[in-house]
Amino acid sequence: MPRTLFDKVWEAHVVRRESDDTPAVLYVDLHLVHEVTSPQAFAMLRERGRKVRRPDRTLATMDHSTPTTPRGADGRIPVTDPQAAAQIAQLETNCRDFEIALYALGSDRQGIVHVIGPELGLTRPGMTIVCGDSHTSTHGAFGALAFGIGTTEVAHVLMTQCLLASRPGTLRIVIEGRLHPGVTAKDLILSIIATIGVGGGTGQVIEYAGPAIRALSMEERMTVCNMSIEAGARAGMVAPDDTTFQYLADRPHAPRGPAWERALAAWKNLPTDEGARFDREVALEASALEPMITYGTNPGMAVPVGGAVPPSDGRASTERALAYMGLRPGQRLLGHPIDVVFIGSCTNARLGDLRLAATVLRGRKVAANVRLLVVPGSQQVKKQAEAEGLDRVFREAGGEWREAGCSMCIAMNGDQLGPGQYAVSTSNRNFEGRQGAGGRTFLASPLTAAASAVAGRIADPRRLVAE
Amino acid sequence: MEPIRTIASTYIVLPIDNIDTDVIIPARFLKVTERGGLGRYLFAGWRCAADGTPHPDFVLNRPEARTARVLVAGDNFGCGSSREHAPWALLDSGLRAVVSTSFASIFRNNSLKNGLLPIAVEPAFHRKMMAAAGPPAPTVTIDLETRTITLADGTSAVFPIEPFPRYCLLNGLDELSFLLGQEEAIDAYERSGS
Repeated sequence: MPRTLFDKVWEAHVVRRESDDTPAVLYVDLHLVHEVTSPQAFAMLRERGRKVRRPDRTLATMDHSTPTTPRGADGRIPVTDPQAAAQIAQLETNCRDFEIALYALGSDRQGIVHVIGPELGLTRPGMTIVCGDSHTSTHGAFGALAFGIGTTEVAHVLMTQCLLASRPGTLRIVIEGRLHPGVTAKDLILSIIATIGVGGGTGQVIEYAGPAIRALSMEERMTVCNMSIEAGARAGMVAPDDTTFQYLADRPHAPRGPAWERALAAWKNLPTDEGARFDREVALEASALEPMITYGTNPGMAVPVGGAVPPSDGRASTERALAYMGLRPGQRLLGHPIDVVFIGSCTNARLGDLRLAATVLRGRKVAANVRLLVVPGSQQVKKQAEAEGLDRVFREAGGEWREAGCSMCIAMNGDQLGPGQYAVSTSNRNFEGRQGAGGRTFLASPLTAAASAVAGRIADPRRLVAE
Repeated sequence: MEPIRTIASTYIVLPIDNIDTDVIIPARFLKVTERGGLGRYLFAGWRCAADGTPHPDFVLNRPEARTARVLVAGDNFGCGSSREHAPWALLDSGLRAVVSTSFASIFRNNSLKNGLLPIAVEPAFHRKMMAAAGPPAPTVTIDLETRTITLADGTSAVFPIEPFPRYCLLNGLDELSFLLGQEEAIDAYERSGS
């Protein structure tokens, strides 16, 4: 029977089949760990006197609560928040006690967990990957089945390398045509979420397919898969192809020599078979899409950047969202004043994203009323960006160039909006208070964010890109 | 874990859709290494003004919230991040079940593993619960054995829950025990080299 990409990866990892009474036992190839969702899990191991079953399949880094402020004279990144420092120290202790590899703060491989997995070649097609973080869906860009789990499940995986799971449904989203210049992968995923809704993928694994997806780089595919969770999906996947294989070749953890050839042969069998059935299919035309911006307090509340806030549906949640954002139905978003622009996060802090932002910011100045924060996704991204002189572009434009981490996407580390402030942000969530208590977020692409930084208000990047 | 069979309690209503885990417990309160005591941060952004003054009208600040074990909220409850701190905070505040028309997957998983019941009901039943919101706070009975939720007027509905978490919750068992019992199968899987 023809099978989907998801079917193939799922079935290859079933240790014990689902029965009428019990869920499936699913094997996990790679478990990524960070400081915020793991301390209570390690405590569960200690309570039970258990070890980590496969430290060799586990990798830890620090990203959520870590500062991104510049290094001190000693080359170290100072952690001034005592609570964050304690959490960071706890991860160091846990990794030492349980013999898990850790890219700690200060390491040249530290970074956002979903940025370092791929760049190290740890994320590969056909794998199952989990992490105590919902944006684990990012890794699906490689044709891996990757999803976020809670802390109890983190403990389960540490102890058994397995998870209890019910088989999710499948949703194929086919994107025909090609994106216009100035319309990015971020605009594509925001359009998808606006179409299917923030609960539109609940209980399902999305496979993104079609010519517009095939034309995306790996980094762009990661941006798309990253926000699958914002449509409620369990995971998002893209079938591996030559773009995937080229990205992986020669990465530090990628197989080499005959092992590479064997891996490649297996990866080429992963794409969905002709005639395979999905529980649901949705189609979108890429050429009809425009740069998108959100206006509300969930990522599904998005419109083309030249558009207006839609009429209210009268629901309490919509009214509440608009009141929080200080917007009214019919109001145009273009030209709305902003205070901060954040370019970063596991959605949009890879080299390609920074290059995009730099195309707009090169030779231009950030408006006087705007603070621009550029936070690379990893130390490796930072190094490459600096080698290309992108840091100078951002600095000369008047922006701040920071150390790697989640930063203002989750606002746990001191990088945050003040109450009432407006930000255009390349991150993934515009939830109330997400970027700081009372802060108000407009989600957009790195191009739109950069154009808005220059304009000092929400701007359409297509004009600046064309100039 | 304590076995759970029935929850009979008053309920409180938060008629907002897509309540995300950042609203349930903002990220700034996640810099902890323990799971206890998170109830004080539950709905922090909605509960208090920026200076910490509680909003007296917010449902969780009202007297009826003190004894309510059930929260009825809008569609797609618990969307967003994977933080298990969300069900931990709800439980620490005395809540034992959340009723909605749907739940985000990770939140639902996390809740079941901690003994917080995510009860999904049809929109009509949900509307009925919303409409009956007090004060005084209306009552509800949730029976996990029969998978039924019954209102004060006797109207009831059956809610979905997979057999395995239901069995674990009814018997006060940890799902981990089952997983740890799979060691032979896991060994065999690893040996097979797939």
